[in-house]
Amino acid sequence: MSRAQFSPPADRAGFALRLLGATALVGVAATVWLGLFVTPPDRFMGNLVRLLYVHPPMAWVAFLAYGVAGLASLLYLWPRTTAPHFDRLAGASAEVGVVFTGLTLVSGSIWGRPTWGAWWVWDPLLTTTALLFVLYLGYLALRRVPGDFHVRARRSAIAALIAFVDVPIVYFSVDWWRSLHQAPTITAGRTYVHGSMAWTLLLGFVSFTLVYIWLMAHRYRLAKLNEFEDAEGLEVALAERRAEAVTG
Amino acid sequence: MLRDAVLVAGKDLRIEIRSRVTLNQVGPFALAVLLLFGLALGPDRQVLAPASAGLFWIAVLLSTVLAVQRSYAVESADAARDGLRLSGLDPAGIFLGKAGAVAVQLIVLEAGLTIGVALLYGARLSGALVLAAACAAGTLGLAAVGTLYGVVASGLRTRETLLPLLFLPVVAPVLLAATKAWDAALAGTPGRADGWLDVLVVFAVLYIAIGIVAFGPLLEDE
Repeated sequence: MSRAQFSPPADRAGFALRLLGATALVGVAATVWLGLFVTPPDRFMGNLVRLLYVHPPMAWVAFLAYGVAGLASLLYLWPRTTAPHFDRLAGASAEVGVVFTGLTLVSGSIWGRPTWGAWWVWDPLLTTTALLFVLYLGYLALRRVPGDFHVRARRSAIAALIAFVDVPIVYFSVDWWRSLHQAPTITAGRTYVHGSMAWTLLLGFVSFTLVYIWLMAHRYRLAKLNEFEDAEGLEVALAERRAEAVTG
Repeated sequence: MLRDAVLVAGKDLRIEIRSRVTLNQVGPFALAVLLLFGLALGPDRQVLAPASAGLFWIAVLLSTVLAVQRSYAVESADAARDGLRLSGLDPAGIFLGKAGAVAVQLIVLEAGLTIGVALLYGARLSGALVLAAACAAGTLGLAAVGTLYGVVASGLRTRETLLPLLFLPVVAPVLLAATKAWDAALAGTPGRADGWLDVLVVFAVLYIAIGIVAFGPLLEDE
C-alpha cells in the first residue's frame, strides 16, 4: 500500500470518469450559452424564462438522487443483495441530492421573487422540497457520526427509508393544505415550450444528469478511500515511518 | 409480541411513576413553551385563540423529543440496553412497548396542555370527540417515529442534537394534519376534520409497521 492508492485512478475507469466530467462540463457550458444568448425571451416571462433552463433540471437531479439513495438503501437492507457499495452509493447520491436541492430552492426563489412577488410562497412543491432538504441534512448528519461500518450503514439505510416513506405523505398533506398550485412546466401535459427553448431545456436535463453521475462517482470514490484510510491509514503511516528510519 | 409490549411499557411507566421525570420536567417545559408563545404573539386573544391549535401541537412535538430522549436515557444507564437485548423479548414487542409508554405519557401531557390553551389562549373547546381522536392518532404516530429515531440515535455521542434534527422534519405531516383537525373542531365544524384524521391514522399505521420490522436490527447494533 503506497501513496498511489490515494491519487486519482489512472485506469480505464478513471479515464471514463474524466471523459464523463468533460462531457458534462461541455453540456453545461452549451446550456448556459443557449440559455443566455441563443434562445429568445419568453412572451410572458421575458428574460426570466432563462432561469427555467436550469431550475427544472436541478430539481430533477435532486429527486433522482433521492430515488437512487432510497433504492440503494433498500438494496443494502435486503439480505440477498446487501453489499458495502450500496451504502456508499446511498451516501454519495444523497449528498449530491442535498446540494441540488439547495440549488433548486435558491434558483426557484430567485425566479419566484419577480414572478410571484415573494421570495417564498407556501406552495406544496416548494414546501415539500424544503422539508426534503432538512430531512436529508439530518440523514447526512447521521451518516457523519463515526462508528463501525456495518452498524452505521444499517442505521443510515433505515433512516433513509424512514425519510423516503415520508416524502409522499408530506407532499399530499401539504398539497391538500394549500393548493395554489403552479403546475410543473413539462409534466402539465400542455407542452408550450418549443423550438430552441425545448432543445435547451432538454440539453439542460441531460447535462445536469451527467453532472450528477460525475459528482456521485467522485463522491463514491472518496468514500471508498476514506474507508481505506480508516482501516489501513495507520498501518501505511507506520510503514512509511519505518522505511524512513531505515533509509535516513 | 403484545405480551412483551405490555411488559416493556409497564416497566417504562413504572420507572416514570417512581422517578417522575416527565411529570416534573417535560410537563413544566411544555407549559413554559405555551407561555412563551403567548409572549411572542402578544396578549391579544383575537390572535392567540385562532393560533391555539398550531401552538398546542408545536408544544406536543417539542415535548415528544424530550420524552423520547428520556425513554432511551433510561436504557443507557447501567447497560440496561444490553439487558433488554438479552431478555429474549420480541424486538417488535419492545418497540411497541416503548412507543406505547411514550404515547401514554404524551396523552397525559396533552390533557394538561388542552386545559392550558383553553385558559391561556381562550380557545373554546368544542368537538371533543375530534380533539380526542386527533390526539390519539397523532400521538401514536409521533411515538412510533420518535421511538424509531430514538433507537437510531441512541448510543451516539451526538444523540441530543441529532434526534430533533431527524425527528422533527419527518413528523411535519402530523403537525399539519393534527393542527387542521383541531382547527376544524375548535371552529365548531368537526365534520371538516375527517380527511385530516385519516392522514393521522395512515401515518401512525405506516410508522408502527416500519418500527415492528426495523426495530430488531437497530436494537442489535451497538
